[in-house]
Amino acid sequence: VTGRSRTLDIVVAALVLGLAYVFIYLPVASLVLFSFHEGKIPLPPFRGPTLDWYGRVLANGKLVAATGNSALVGAGSAIIATALGFLAAYGFARHRVRGARGLELVLILPLTVSYLIIGIGLLVTFSAVGLPKSLLAVAIGHVVINLPLAFAICRAAMGEREARLERAARDLGASEWQVFRRITIPLTAPALAASLALCFTLSWDEFVIAFLNSSFDVTLPVVIWSMLRTGLNPETNAAGTLVFLVSLTAVVIFELAQRRRSA
Amino acid sequence: VGKGDGEALVRRRESWRGLAYAGPALGWTALFFLLPLGVIAVWSLYRREGTKLVTDWSLANYERFFGDAALLSALPKSLWIAAQTTVVSVLVAYPVAYVLAVKVPARWQRLALVLAVLPFWTSYVVRSYSWLLVLAPDGIVNGALLRLGLVSEPLKLSFTSGATVLGFVHFFMMLCTLTIFASLVRLDPRLKLAAADLGASRWQTFWRVTWPLSLPGVAAGAFLTFVIAIGDYVTPQILGGNMEMLLPQAIMFQMGRRGDIPMAAALSLVLMAVITVAYLVASRRVRVTP
Repeated sequence: VTGRSRTLDIVVAALVLGLAYVFIYLPVASLVLFSFHEGKIPLPPFRGPTLDWYGRVLANGKLVAATGNSALVGAGSAIIATALGFLAAYGFARHRVRGARGLELVLILPLTVSYLIIGIGLLVTFSAVGLPKSLLAVAIGHVVINLPLAFAICRAAMGEREARLERAARDLGASEWQVFRRITIPLTAPALAASLALCFTLSWDEFVIAFLNSSFDVTLPVVIWSMLRTGLNPETNAAGTLVFLVSLTAVVIFELAQRRRSA
Repeated sequence: VGKGDGEALVRRRESWRGLAYAGPALGWTALFFLLPLGVIAVWSLYRREGTKLVTDWSLANYERFFGDAALLSALPKSLWIAAQTTVVSVLVAYPVAYVLAVKVPARWQRLALVLAVLPFWTSYVVRSYSWLLVLAPDGIVNGALLRLGLVSEPLKLSFTSGATVLGFVHFFMMLCTLTIFASLVRLDPRLKLAAADLGASRWQTFWRVTWPLSLPGVAAGAFLTFVIAIGDYVTPQILGGNMEMLLPQAIMFQMGRRGDIPMAAALSLVLMAVITVAYLVASRRVRVTP
């Protein structure tokens, strides 16, 4: 390869990546920038900066309550999904289960079904058995969508290397419970952290299931959805920016946990 | 008790022990996922007459859907939007994934990839709203077009099916970048050297070696894009406006405004049938394994 075509190569690569970043971050940048806008409509030209809209968000009782609800549903569904996913992964990785392939497929299946259908199914089923619309119903739905991911993440962290260490511990006289507590859990801790972070984000951002299955107490995306009816509004920008920051934090935790796992 | 029987017993006990660990997860999935799907299937056979719910089974909802042109039109519209989204997302994602996998130095690769897919993990309601800001008549895109003299009046960009596709592509190009990157980064660089040694040009190397070997990533990304896009309610509702109803919007309309749960259930099953067909098509190319 000649020098000139190598230079051309680098220029084209930089151009592709640069354009991609502009496209990916254009809406995010507009959202964040105009959350500091001094004016009623979050459109150019930009004036400011001001923190007024963040003040409005913090004074908005509905938004604050919804933030608490979202955190509760997110944490609860992430913990339950990760616990169930971890146990299932342990069962399939460490025991020869008859029909394991089919059963594992069943656990992954919810990934392929639209959230809308999962939400409607739960709504109709819950109303048939008399369970009212509530944050509990929403959390149950979020465990359904999070469980396949939690299972897949934990399953990937229980390979032959980990199994060998568990056997070694058993040979050295450790009881089943000791092996579980002293070997299995520490070895899979990064995967558990990754699963918790990912499940929390998915629940935190999920709208349709929450919209269908909640009534008085709602989650953050549902409140933001109702704010959209007033059109473009810097307060929505500010709320959206805060939502984005929380997801970002969870993803960074996920990323760090993944890195520790591969290290 | 013979030796074979003992072995079978041990194996059975082993299987039950594994099942005991998987039990809670399987139970949860059965109770809160499989059962509700069954409930939807049953409800789709009920029907509403006036304000009354008729619970003897019939295919009336399906007959109404396939017989009513206005209702039925949601299906081809959804297929068309999802198909456009899939093709454009793959076309946009491929060069990005290629540059990330092949051109970016190893030290920066992980960071560059994470940066390229970071907004994927943000709220889809917020993401769609953000595009409204960009596409508004006084927004950034129209501002740029006016200043460049490309248009004399702001274009109507938001609340169109084009805006829906754009919002989708923004989201799904990140997903496709991930899947295509995963198959490209696994490619043995020696294969390309071998092709070059055998006298292949760069184009030939790409079309004969790199592209075919990256097809599993392309197919996986395309499949996920298609099935998630065709089932999404939020993006078309926020960006597409209410002019053209897609399948998920039709389902929500029946659920909410009309309160016709049996019809919404029937439409949900139509949507699931479409997704199943897409899966059967895709599974010829990729094996979807846990």
